[in-house]
Amino acid sequence: MSSAKPKSGTPGTGRTSARPGGVLLRFLARRLAAALLLCVGITLVAFTLTQLVPGDPAAANLGQQAIGDPAAVAAFRAKYGLDQPLPVQYLTYIGNVFQGNLGMSQQSHRPVAEDLAEFVPATIELALFAIVLSLLVGVALGVVAAVNRDRWPDQVLRVVSLGGVSMPTFWVALVAFYLLSFKFDLLPGTGRLDPVMSPPPYTTGFYSVDAALAGQWDVMWSALGHLVLPSLVLAVYTVGMLMRFSRASVLEILGNDYVRAARAKGLPERVVIVRHVLRPAMVAIITVAGVAFGSLLSGAVLVEKIFSWPGVGQYAYRSAVNLDLPGIMGVSIVVAAVYILINLLVDLLYGVIDPRIRLT
Amino acid sequence: MTVGTLLEVEDLTVWLATRNGPRKAVDGLSFRVDAGEVFGIAGESGSGKTMTAMALLGLLPHAARTGGRAVFEGRDLLAMRPRELRDVRGRSIAMVSQDPSTSLHPMLSIETQVTEHMRHHLGIGRSEARGRAVELLSTVRIPDPERALKAHPAQFSGGMRQRIAIAVALACEPRLLLADEPTTALDVTVQAGILRLLDRLRRERDLAVVVITHDLGVMSAVADRICVMYGGRTAEIGPRETVLTHPRHPYTRGLLDALPHPEGGAATLRPIPGSPPSLGGVPEGCPFHPRCAFAVDSCRAERPDPAPVGSGHRVACPPDPLGGTA
Repeated sequence: MSSAKPKSGTPGTGRTSARPGGVLLRFLARRLAAALLLCVGITLVAFTLTQLVPGDPAAANLGQQAIGDPAAVAAFRAKYGLDQPLPVQYLTYIGNVFQGNLGMSQQSHRPVAEDLAEFVPATIELALFAIVLSLLVGVALGVVAAVNRDRWPDQVLRVVSLGGVSMPTFWVALVAFYLLSFKFDLLPGTGRLDPVMSPPPYTTGFYSVDAALAGQWDVMWSALGHLVLPSLVLAVYTVGMLMRFSRASVLEILGNDYVRAARAKGLPERVVIVRHVLRPAMVAIITVAGVAFGSLLSGAVLVEKIFSWPGVGQYAYRSAVNLDLPGIMGVSIVVAAVYILINLLVDLLYGVIDPRIRLT
Repeated sequence: MTVGTLLEVEDLTVWLATRNGPRKAVDGLSFRVDAGEVFGIAGESGSGKTMTAMALLGLLPHAARTGGRAVFEGRDLLAMRPRELRDVRGRSIAMVSQDPSTSLHPMLSIETQVTEHMRHHLGIGRSEARGRAVELLSTVRIPDPERALKAHPAQFSGGMRQRIAIAVALACEPRLLLADEPTTALDVTVQAGILRLLDRLRRERDLAVVVITHDLGVMSAVADRICVMYGGRTAEIGPRETVLTHPRHPYTRGLLDALPHPEGGAATLRPIPGSPPSLGGVPEGCPFHPRCAFAVDSCRAERPDPAPVGSGHRVACPPDPLGGTA
C-alpha cells in the first residue's frame, strides 16, 4: 500500500434539498384543481350522452293516458325544465350541482342527492371491504408465489388466480349464496342487516361504522356479517388479479442489486421481503388496486342484485330503465368523483412509498 | 495489525445452472487472505471473480452448486447452514458492490440502511444505532451526517453514495470486506478518494479487504497481493510488485500491455486478441491457450495448476515463456 495518502477532502457534496411539506402541498393542490375540472368535464359528457339516448322521459314516466294528453306532457316537460334549450338545461343543472342540488328523481320522487346519500355509501362500504380483503389476500399470495417461483406453491397459486379472474361474478355469487348461506347457513345472505333490525342513525351511511359510533354493537356485528358474503364474491376476481400483479412486481424487484445488498447484510429473509422488496413492489400493486376498486364499484351491480344489496348499482339500473335523467346524471357524477378520488389517493400513496416522487 | 490467515479458500469450484446443464464458473480456485491486508482479484468480466465473492457470502443464484472449502475464522463458509451464514453476512463479512445507485435501496432512508443490520446483528436500540451511524458517516467523510441520515440515496452524488455504501458495510465492524468493482461506476476523480478511504479504513480498523476489479490500475493502487483469474481459474497469484512488474503468465503480461502508459501514446496499447471464454465454453487444457502467443502443444492438452515460481508467487503456466525475461 504505497500510493494512498489519507489526506482526502470530501469530493462532491450531498445535494440535500428537502422541503417535503411544501412540495407535497403544491402537488396536492395541482391534483385537486385537475380533479375538479375533470368532474365538470364528466358532467358535460354524461349530460350529452343522456340527450343522445333515444327515449322520451315524459313517455317513460307518465302513464298511458297522460301520454295522449299534450297538456300533461307539456306540463311534465315544463316542470322538469325539459322545454328549455339544451345549453340552458346544462347550465341550470351545473349551477344546481354546485349548490348540492342534483335535481328530483322522476322515479323515487325524492331529491337525487338524498337517494344517493343512501345508496352510494352502501356500495362503497361493500367495495372498501372487498378491496381491503383483496389486497390482504392477493398481495400475500402473490408474494408467496414469487418467492417460490416455479415450485409447487407457485403452480398451485397460478391455477387459483386464473380461476379467480376467469369465473363469472354472477355465477360465483349464485354458487356462494347457495352453498354458504342457503345450504350450510354459515353466513347471512341478503340485505345489509337482519330483517328485525333497524338501520343505525345516519352519520356516514356505512352501517358498520354508524352502528359502532352509536354504540349499537349487535347492529354493527350484523352489518359486518352481511358484508362478508357479497364482498367475498366481489373479491374473487380482484384477488386473482392482484395476485398476478403482485407476483410479477415482486419478481421484478427481487432481481435488483439492492435486494442482494440487503441479503448481504445478513437480514432475515422476512425483513428483506417486507422492507426491501414489498415496498417498491407496492408502487405497481396500488396502481392496479386503484383500477380494481373502480371495477368493484361497477361490478357491484350484479352482486347487489343477487344479494339484494341496496347500493348504487341497483339505483343506476332503475334510473336507466326509467330514463330518470337526474338519477343517471347523479350516479355518473358520484361514480366519477369516486374514481377521481381513488386516483388522487393512489398518487398520494406513490409519494408516501417512494420518497423520490415526494422530493422532486 | 494482527498477522494470520483470516480466510483460506481451497479448490473453490462454482457450478452455475445453464440450459445445457451445470457449468463451472469458478474452477479450483485457491487463495488466502491475511488479516489486515488488501487482496486483489483481477480478471475480465466472466472470469468468475464476482461468482467467487457471491459463493463466499452464500448469495449465488438458485441452483448453483459449490465445491471445495472456504475457511473463515476456522469455519467453512461453504458448509454452513443458511442461518449460520446469515449471522456471518453483514456482521463478519460485508460487501460493497459495484454501483451504489443500484445497491442502495432507493426508497429507504440512509438511517434505515445504515442501522437495520446493526440493530439486527448487535441487538442495539434505535438511538444507539443512530449514534453509531452518525460516527460511521463522518468516518467515511459524509458532510453533515445528522442530516444525511434523514435523506435518501437519490439526494447524493455517485461518490457520496459509494461512501454511504461503505459505511453500511462497516456498520457491524466486519473483519473482511468484499469490494466488488467498488470504483468502476464512479468518475476517475472520485475513484481515488474511495480507494484512499478503503486503505485508511483497512489500517485504522485492521480490516481485510478483497478488492475485485478488472482494472489493474486500481489494483496497483491498493492491493498487497493479487490473484489474476482467467476462465474461472487462477492464472497467476503473488505479491503486487512481483505480479505487476515481473508477470510470469502471458495473460497478466497481456493485461498490462493493454493498459495505457503515461509516457507512451495510444500506439503502445496492445490488446489481447480474441475474447474471453463464455460460461461452459472454456477450452480444454489451459483456458488461455487459444489467445496465447506462446502456446505449445502441452497447453492444449493439460490444464495447468498454479505452481510456485518465487516467494509467494505462483503461476499456472508450465512452459513459462516469460521466465527469464520481463
